[in-house]
Amino acid sequence: MTAALRFDPIRLPPECEQLRKEVRAFLAEEIAAGTFSPFKPNREDTDVPEFSRKVGAKGWLGMTWPKKYGGQERSFLERYVVTEEMRVANAPTRRFFVADRQSGPVLIKYAPEHIKMDILPRICRGEICFAIGMSEPNSGSDLFAAKTRATKTDGGYLINGTKIWTSSAHIADYMIAIFRTSPPTKENRRHGLTQFLVKMKQPGIQVNPIGQITGQYEFNEVVFTDFFVPEDHVLGEVDGAWKQATSELAYERSGPERFLETYYVLTELVRAVGPNPDTRSAEGIGRLVAQLHTMRRMSVSVAGMLQAGKEPVVEASIVKDIGTVWEQQLPHRVRDLAAFVEETATNRETLERQLDFAIKTAPKLTIQGGTTEVLRGIIARGLGLR
Amino acid sequence: MAESDNIVVETAEKIFADLADPQEINNDKKGSWQAPLWRALSEAGLPLAWVPDDLGGSGASLADGFALLNAAGRFAVAVPLAETMLAGWLLAQAKIASPEGEMTVLPASPKDRITIDADGSLSGRARGVPFAKAAKHFAVLAHGKDEVSIALVDAAKARTESGLNVGYDHSDTVTLEKIQPVTIKPAPKGFDQTTMMLMGGVARSLQIAGALEAMLGISVRYSNERVAFEKKISKFQAVQHNLARLAGESAAALAAATSAADAISNAASFDDAVYLEAAAAKIRCAEAAEKGGGIAHQVHGAIGFTIEHILHRYSLRALAWRDDFGSESHWAVELGKLVAKRGADELWPLVASR
Repeated sequence: MTAALRFDPIRLPPECEQLRKEVRAFLAEEIAAGTFSPFKPNREDTDVPEFSRKVGAKGWLGMTWPKKYGGQERSFLERYVVTEEMRVANAPTRRFFVADRQSGPVLIKYAPEHIKMDILPRICRGEICFAIGMSEPNSGSDLFAAKTRATKTDGGYLINGTKIWTSSAHIADYMIAIFRTSPPTKENRRHGLTQFLVKMKQPGIQVNPIGQITGQYEFNEVVFTDFFVPEDHVLGEVDGAWKQATSELAYERSGPERFLETYYVLTELVRAVGPNPDTRSAEGIGRLVAQLHTMRRMSVSVAGMLQAGKEPVVEASIVKDIGTVWEQQLPHRVRDLAAFVEETATNRETLERQLDFAIKTAPKLTIQGGTTEVLRGIIARGLGLR
Repeated sequence: MAESDNIVVETAEKIFADLADPQEINNDKKGSWQAPLWRALSEAGLPLAWVPDDLGGSGASLADGFALLNAAGRFAVAVPLAETMLAGWLLAQAKIASPEGEMTVLPASPKDRITIDADGSLSGRARGVPFAKAAKHFAVLAHGKDEVSIALVDAAKARTESGLNVGYDHSDTVTLEKIQPVTIKPAPKGFDQTTMMLMGGVARSLQIAGALEAMLGISVRYSNERVAFEKKISKFQAVQHNLARLAGESAAALAAATSAADAISNAASFDDAVYLEAAAAKIRCAEAAEKGGGIAHQVHGAIGFTIEHILHRYSLRALAWRDDFGSESHWAVELGKLVAKRGADELWPLVASR
C-alpha cells in the first residue's frame, strides 16, 4: 500500500536546463516588449492571442505530442519546465493552457484521425482555445448528477441543457464536454455519460459570463438549445466517459500550476523585506520556501511518473491537495509577514496590490479541478479505506 | 528507496523484523532487547555503513546509508544506529578510523561549540546529544583559532549528564574540560559545523519520514479494525479525510527527505542548492511530524495514548527528532536569511535549480 505513495527524487535532465534558459530569455523579451506585465496579476487582459502564437512558434505547445500532429515528441519533464517558468513569470497562458494540458491529450487518445489532423496542429500553433464542460448547475464535483442530454438524431446528437463554471468558454473555439447519453443503471451509477467535442461559436450555444469576486470574468454559463454535434465528434466510448475522465486527472492535478498560482506574492515579500530580514520575516520566508520546495519535488516526481507511462492518480491528488491548500494560505501568510515591512520599501505598493488580488483569488484554488474533499476521497480510496 | 532493491536495506529490515519488533520492545520493560539487536546490526556492519573499508567500516554508499536510516525510522529503532553512522561519517571526513562500539556526534545543536585549546585539548559543552550515555566514543567537530578539526574522543573522559528527550530516548549533556582526544585531524577544506548539522538534519528527516510511514500504516490498519457506531471507523468520511491528510504529510516528508538524501549523495559540495534541500527537508519533516503524528493519535483515540500501544514509539520519537541538529525554527531562519541575501529575483532560480 505504501509503495504507491513513494515520490522518487526525479531530477530534471540536462536538456531541461537549456530549455529553461530559452524560456526565461523569451519571457524576459516579451515583458520588455510590453506583451504582458509580471507585476499586474489583476490584469483584465489575461487573454493575449499574439502571445499564444509566439509560444506556439517556439514549439512549446503540444510538446509531448507526436510530430505528425504538430507536436515535438519531447518529454513531460521538458513540458514541466515550460509550464513552471510561464507560471512564475505570470505569463498570459489562459488561451492555450487547457488545450495544451488536457484537451489535446484527450483528442489524441479518443478522436478520429481526421479530427486530430485538423485540430491538433492548430493547438500547437497557439491558434485555438479550449474549454472543458464538466460542471452543471447543481452538479459541480458530482459528475454523476450531470443532466445535459445528448439525444441521438440523424448523423449525430442534439444537445439540450446547461454547463456552468466553464472557464474561458467566452473565448473558446472548442469545448470538450460530458453529456448524458443514457440514464445511470442500478448496478453502475457512473454509466451513461459520453465525452463530446463541441465546436463553439455556432447557433444553439449561448455563453453568458459570470463575474468573479476578483473582479474578473473568467467563467461562464453555457446554454445548449437543440445544438447539433456530428457523430464523429464523439470522443471514446458512448456511455463510458466516466473512466476516461478520471484517468486523465493526473495531468490536471499534479502540475506546477497547482501550487504556483499565488507565488508572485512570495517573491515580492522577499523583495520588500530586503537583504537583512528580522528573525520573524526570515523564519516565515524560510518555512514557506521549504514547503514550496517540497511540493515542487513531489510535483516533478509525478511528472517523472507520467513520463514513465504510469497513471499516478493518488499521487497527483496528494500534490493537488497539499499544493492548493498551500497556495491558498500563501497570501495570508505573506500578508502576516508583511505587516512590519518598512513603509518606504520600494515595492510596498506592488506587494499590497498583489496581495489584494491574491487574497481575492485564494478561495477558488481548492475548488477548481476537484475540491479538496473529492481529492481526499480519492486518496482514501488509494489507502484501501473505501 | 523502494523497500528492498537494496542489499543494505534488505539486511537491516530483516534484522529489525527479527529483533526490533515494536510491540515486543514495548513490552520489554527491562531493555533486554537492546544487546542482541545491537550485536546483530554490528555483525552486519551497519553502524559503520558510511565508513570506508580502509578506516574500519563497511563502505556503503551515502545513498544506501540514507535508505538504511529511513528503514530504521519505519521501525522507530531506539539504538544509536543513526548516531554511530553519523560519527563514523564525520571521522571519515578527516580520515580517522572508526573504533568498534556505539558512538555519537557532538555538538548536536548548531548553537553549541567545542573549541581547541592551545595545548590541543578540547573544551566545551554540547546539549541534547543523542545516546551520549550509551556511547563509547564521541566524534567531535571542534573549532581552533582559525581552523576546524575533527576528533575522536574517549567518552569515559567526558562528563555526561543524563537527560531524556520527549520520546524517552537519551538526550544528554556532554561537557569536555581540557580533554585530550584520541585522535585529532583537520577537517577538509570548506567543511564546517553547518555541514555537519545539515547531514545530521537529513538523517533525522529520513527517520521522521520512516516513522510517519509506519504511523500511516498502523492508523489505516486500526481504522479498518475498530468499530464504532456499528461501522468500521474507516467508513466515516471524517476519518477518511484525516487519513488522507496523514498520507499527504507522510508523502511530503518522504519526498523532502529522500530528495535531500539524493542531493547530498550526488553533490560535489554543500552549495546553496544542497543547503536548500537539506534545510527544507528538516523543516518540512518536522512540520509533518507535528501534523501527521497528531492525526495518527486522533484516529487511534484513547488507546493510542496508552503506554501499552506502540503508536507513541513513532509519534513521540518523530517529535523528538525535530530538535536534533537544528530545529525547524533554526533552519527556517537560516534558510530565510539565505533567500533574502540572494534577493527576490534569485528565489525561483534557487527553487528550480534541479
